[in-house]
Amino acid sequence: MSDIVIYTIITVSAIGIIAAIILYFAAKKFHVVEDPRIDDIEDALPSANCGGCGYPGCRNFAEACVKAEDLGDLFCPVGGNDTMKDVAGILGKEAVEKTPQVAVIRCSGSSEYRPRTNSYDGAANCTIVSNLYSGDTGCQYGCLGLGECVDACTFDAMYMDDKTGLPVVIQDKCTACGDCVRACPKDIIELRNQGKKDRRIFVSCINEDKGGVAKKNCSVACIGCKLCEKECKFDAIKIENFLAYIDYTKCVLCRKCVSVCPTDAIHEINFTPRKIKPAEKKPVVKKEVVVSENPDLVNIAKKNKDEDNTQTESNDK
Amino acid sequence: MLKTFSKGGVHPPENKLSAVQTIEQLALPKMVTIPISQHIGAPSTPIVNKNDLVKTGQVIAKSSGFVSANIHSSVSGKVVKIDSVMDSSGYKKQSIIIQVDGDEWEESIDRDPNLKKEFDFSSEEIIKKVGEAGIVGLGGATFPSQVKLSVPKGMTAEILIINGVECEPYLTADHRLMLEKGDELMVGTKILMKALKVEKSIIGIENNKIDAINHLTELAKNYEGIEIQALKVQYPQGGEKQLIQAVINREVPSGGLPIAVGAVVHNVGTAYAVYEAIQKNKPLFERVVTVTGKSVKNPSNYLARIGTSLTELIEASGGLPEDTGKVISGGPMMGKALNKIDVPMTKGTSGVLIIPEGESRRGQIQDCIRCAKCVSVCPMGLEPYLLMTVTEQQNYERAENEQTMDCIECGSCSYACPSNRPLLDYIRLGKAEVGKIIRSRRT
Repeated sequence: MSDIVIYTIITVSAIGIIAAIILYFAAKKFHVVEDPRIDDIEDALPSANCGGCGYPGCRNFAEACVKAEDLGDLFCPVGGNDTMKDVAGILGKEAVEKTPQVAVIRCSGSSEYRPRTNSYDGAANCTIVSNLYSGDTGCQYGCLGLGECVDACTFDAMYMDDKTGLPVVIQDKCTACGDCVRACPKDIIELRNQGKKDRRIFVSCINEDKGGVAKKNCSVACIGCKLCEKECKFDAIKIENFLAYIDYTKCVLCRKCVSVCPTDAIHEINFTPRKIKPAEKKPVVKKEVVVSENPDLVNIAKKNKDEDNTQTESNDK
Repeated sequence: MLKTFSKGGVHPPENKLSAVQTIEQLALPKMVTIPISQHIGAPSTPIVNKNDLVKTGQVIAKSSGFVSANIHSSVSGKVVKIDSVMDSSGYKKQSIIIQVDGDEWEESIDRDPNLKKEFDFSSEEIIKKVGEAGIVGLGGATFPSQVKLSVPKGMTAEILIINGVECEPYLTADHRLMLEKGDELMVGTKILMKALKVEKSIIGIENNKIDAINHLTELAKNYEGIEIQALKVQYPQGGEKQLIQAVINREVPSGGLPIAVGAVVHNVGTAYAVYEAIQKNKPLFERVVTVTGKSVKNPSNYLARIGTSLTELIEASGGLPEDTGKVISGGPMMGKALNKIDVPMTKGTSGVLIIPEGESRRGQIQDCIRCAKCVSVCPMGLEPYLLMTVTEQQNYERAENEQTMDCIECGSCSYACPSNRPLLDYIRLGKAEVGKIIRSRRT
């Protein structure tokens, strides 16, 4: 009995020793020299593996950083400037500062403003709808409201607002990784600079139809009337295909365009509420747009309703 | 035992309500909207300008590539504008809008209704004329016909199959055409045979159109090389690959064209259009459309001009019923629900189907119960439940390996699924994504 135990121990030990020797030489023979800085950089990165940098994961990005001659084209949008400083420190290279960005939804066509013209009861997936037809409203550019962007967000920074049927970005959680931008089949979501004191002004519409058509399908659509372009003293607003676009690198956040917009298509975020002049107060339409978690900071400019109507008529012609 | 294809298939209720209605010429509309993209391939280039006067049959948009087709004015009148207008695809497309002013045809068109049997054209001349006449596959796929007639180098066509299956429920346009234009259809088939340099042609017809089978069998005695083949009623027998298998029992290889097995398939509507183009010099500017549905007052078959608004077709057959839930362009299986009915009919519009509210909704989507009905009905031998799952997971590599690109989008899987799962919707999405990946790999 005891013999069997002894033989077993000897045999197993012998196998163990032989295997160890083979493994030792194999490890020597097939040793891969890896830059230790890759591990260091990987530790410094947020490990979100979101793909926002353009690489499949954080380790691939770390390898790219080590290989690159300078860090000009490499940026981790999740970690931001602080992380990139750490990475640059490890590599002894210069970090390139980038302005922090945030995702904005360029559509405010809730069912209140954008009447539904048909109902869709197929698979609840934005890309499927978009491959099929223009959507359940008259506007073929607007949000389809099935939340593919929300599903794509790895940081829980988006949710669907039940009231409006539109997605909402939670600014504090948004890392500007761009997953939602890629997920949206309508190209509604854009990454824009966070702006001073987190204040932003943008055109919340991407409708390229002529003014009359756009307005008919959605009352808060950009109608390409050029009032904002004329008002802007900083050359930040351009109208192309009946659609205004505000260049965030030129915008100085003066808010003048917001007040001239006849359809309230230009949104301002995180500004202090402005005092409404008594003369302009009367025909204000009740309107709520929740754009961040603290809605009391959100204010949408209102404009005289009569002026609004005349503008549309002239555009119809 | 009647012939049919070997794998899968379903048999939805036929509902051929308009089968006994003769083809009526629809009154000329006041305005036509002719989209410049009515076919698969590159959109045509408009060659008319605003305020130009056009005649019926005049070319208004030129083919802009090998896979493209000419577009002709379907009326005579004045071009009002060229603008983007919503069409049955659900998106705005460039269209030529013509205000109708009488019906003055191009002088070159022979309007004599008598049959013209003899023709003396070479294969190349026929293909060229078919291209000039803007003929596309009228079964619904709208693939330019001259491309299908140009046999690639190194391949030879052995047989021409004419598709008179009309497996879609409700639709009767092809059925009526076979009954009323049988002789023209036979001459058209002879012309196509000449173009392809083949000696044999088989017209495949499903057994629910016995009158058409008898009529054409009688006529075929006068035309050498044309045979009629009755087929068992089974959807999607009108699919090219399924029809080839049913008629000559050959399987088109995955990713291949029918010519790989020596066959070329054309629809009966296309054969008739070819007859008109070659013998009467008449380009494709009108086609037979079925307007049907259980709630429609007078389900009918109309010969209507391309660009006529569907509203007018529906008005002609008794107006839009009050309880309408859905209007479909095409048949119930592969047709497309419209988001507005004021859209123009195009070369591919084979029918307008009106579904009452009660039947129009999809059922509640439930979990897959692994019954494998979708697998057993798939005519291509795919696994629809799996293709849907991997597409949902965005695992497009797996979807490609599971041959998602072979799907012919017949919708048998979605029809058969007891859990109402949107199988085809996801498979289409997967096909689109995999298609993108394959194209990017090529470049």
